[in-house]
Amino acid sequence: MAEAPTAEPAAEPAAQPAPEPRRRPRLAVYKFSSCDGCQLQLLNLEDELLALADAVEIAYFLEARRQELPPPYDVGLVEGSISTPEEEERIQTVRRNCKFLVAIGACATSGGIQSLRNWANVEEFTRHVYARPQWIKSLETATPIAAHVFVDFELHGCPVNPRQLLELVSALLNHRRPNIPTHCLCIECKRRGLPCVLSAHGEPCLGPITQAGCGALCPAVGRACYGCFGPMEQPRIGALGERFAQAQQRPPAEIMRMIRSFNGYLEPFKQASDHYERQAAQQD
Amino acid sequence: MLRAVARRRQRAAASLPNRDAAMKGTTAMVVSHASPGAPRFLPRAALADLVTLLQDEGFTVVGPTVVDGVVMYRPIDSPDDLPHGVNDVQQRGTYRLAEGDPELTFEFASGPDSPKRFLFPPQQQLMQFRVQGEGFEVTAGPPDVPKIALLGVRPCDLAAIRVQDRVFGQDDPATFRCESEPWYEQAREQTLLVAVNCTSPGGNCFCVSWGTGPEAHEGFDLSLTELRDGFICRAGSPRGKELAAKLPLREPTRTELDLAELLMNRACEHMGRALDTASVKELLEQKREDSHWDEVAQRCLSCGNCTMVCPTCFCSTVTDVTDLSGEETTRVRSWESCFTHQFSYTVAGPGRDSLRSRYRHWLRHKLCTWQDQFGVSGCVGCGRCITWCPVGIDITQEVQALRNDSTSLPAPIAPACAFSSEGSPP
Repeated sequence: MAEAPTAEPAAEPAAQPAPEPRRRPRLAVYKFSSCDGCQLQLLNLEDELLALADAVEIAYFLEARRQELPPPYDVGLVEGSISTPEEEERIQTVRRNCKFLVAIGACATSGGIQSLRNWANVEEFTRHVYARPQWIKSLETATPIAAHVFVDFELHGCPVNPRQLLELVSALLNHRRPNIPTHCLCIECKRRGLPCVLSAHGEPCLGPITQAGCGALCPAVGRACYGCFGPMEQPRIGALGERFAQAQQRPPAEIMRMIRSFNGYLEPFKQASDHYERQAAQQD
Repeated sequence: MLRAVARRRQRAAASLPNRDAAMKGTTAMVVSHASPGAPRFLPRAALADLVTLLQDEGFTVVGPTVVDGVVMYRPIDSPDDLPHGVNDVQQRGTYRLAEGDPELTFEFASGPDSPKRFLFPPQQQLMQFRVQGEGFEVTAGPPDVPKIALLGVRPCDLAAIRVQDRVFGQDDPATFRCESEPWYEQAREQTLLVAVNCTSPGGNCFCVSWGTGPEAHEGFDLSLTELRDGFICRAGSPRGKELAAKLPLREPTRTELDLAELLMNRACEHMGRALDTASVKELLEQKREDSHWDEVAQRCLSCGNCTMVCPTCFCSTVTDVTDLSGEETTRVRSWESCFTHQFSYTVAGPGRDSLRSRYRHWLRHKLCTWQDQFGVSGCVGCGRCITWCPVGIDITQEVQALRNDSTSLPAPIAPACAFSSEGSPP
């Protein structure tokens, strides 16, 4: 039989050390060539911002606070593309300083709208735009972060969706895989019960080849998706382009411009836009 | 006159490919309602009485309304919200509203919405739970089942509901293969169905091929056949009979009955498409390795639109979403599609990596293995997958192409279906 517990308390345990303050993961947010919109999406999480600041230590986020805590950081969110020699070097330091590096937004994941210059002559641009082009130090190309360093995860979108940002941080904090769908926008659009702008209005909607995640913002206001979330998993660009060409009588040059936009430099959008450019040239 | 109508109907039926065989699958479905009551006449002005009556009984009335140029199901306040004088032109991959007869309310064909949206919602919280030590405590369940009256349900969609009844485990244990869905069952029991027979089928309709339309014979509470001055109204359930007793119905005249029958016959003859359903199951069992699948894969976008608008497709995905602290978790179920790469992803990699395998899986499940699994065809002939496919892939043409193609293997090389209709489910 087990002995009945004695009423007397056991010997006084050694004074416990005061519980150490929980070490919060350190978050860093970086900006490269970009419009700051993706960083703003983080600040747009107004209802969750306090909880977020409680869950992580915002160690480096120049858009939001002046204070900089020294590296290393647990999570680094990188916005923007690599467009200058200085950025080319800085991204290496950023990679070294972050355990987990996430590229956020179209610029960081595809090169962004500025990567349109990859098809043009940068020197000619600078001569036309700047009074003193010799002061401009710019790379020939604007490229995504993953073209320079290893990236642990990519969040698509121009800008990224704040819900997806929050989901990503929650997943990282809880050591689980983020629920970021890679299927096309149509599924999100149909779940919402939105009228299809492609089938019902003949709009040149890129929804069937674009990754979901925005919440079907454009179709919800009757506009065609213009692909700011970039290519879905295994997109069938040629089959959709065929539809635009046949049923909607859109010329190759127009299809090329549709695909070569925010994510134009990202494969397979890049390859497809090159294809339609060649087709357009053949027609001329 | 009546005899002439009956003859025409017989001719229409005889001209259909193996209609009886096709109907066996569908009409042998769940017979849960009494046979429809005697036809009565609901004057057009009394449609408002019907809506008010349903609202008074505590129902949210959901009916077809025009939203941005598309007829969709939305909550309605009065018959004014219904699409009066609206017709539609549906072709492969296109849908356009057109001007219809200004005196008619239900002249359009199916839009993208089906009752599936309300019985099996596209996104639904299953539960919320809080992690506690090794286990967890459930803090909330699914949302309450809303009390909805669906107005304007088409006969093909009634058939689709009967198909989903088998999927979600209602009524017939003999064919029941999945986990029971308590929310679905409750929604099914609570939702009132006012069917509207099709007098003006759409360009992609082929319900006659499956025997699921254009007239509803079972599975509704009330059914309406639209005439110019009103509706031929039948009660199909005890609840429907109670409602009918409260409506200002009158005896229909012989002319009105004849006209309604004539309209049904005419609808049979004006299906936009036809599917040769004769031995379609055997055909797809044979055509497992056919070059035609490669040909479809060239056109298919793998976007999943067909599965989203299909009234019987039931694939879903369940995700757990944690809050930042990791203590509160919400489990959400969303519609998914066998066309997404992620959906078939397992620890061994994606199960259906190629587009060919995805389209083949969808078509063979719909028309072939569905029958092994649930004892009924997964297609009801509503034609939505044809209209809402961005590139206009037509299920009826694909089946025909498979029929015509002689390059396929002569016989299946393995047991054609994973599920046997006799054996127990795995």
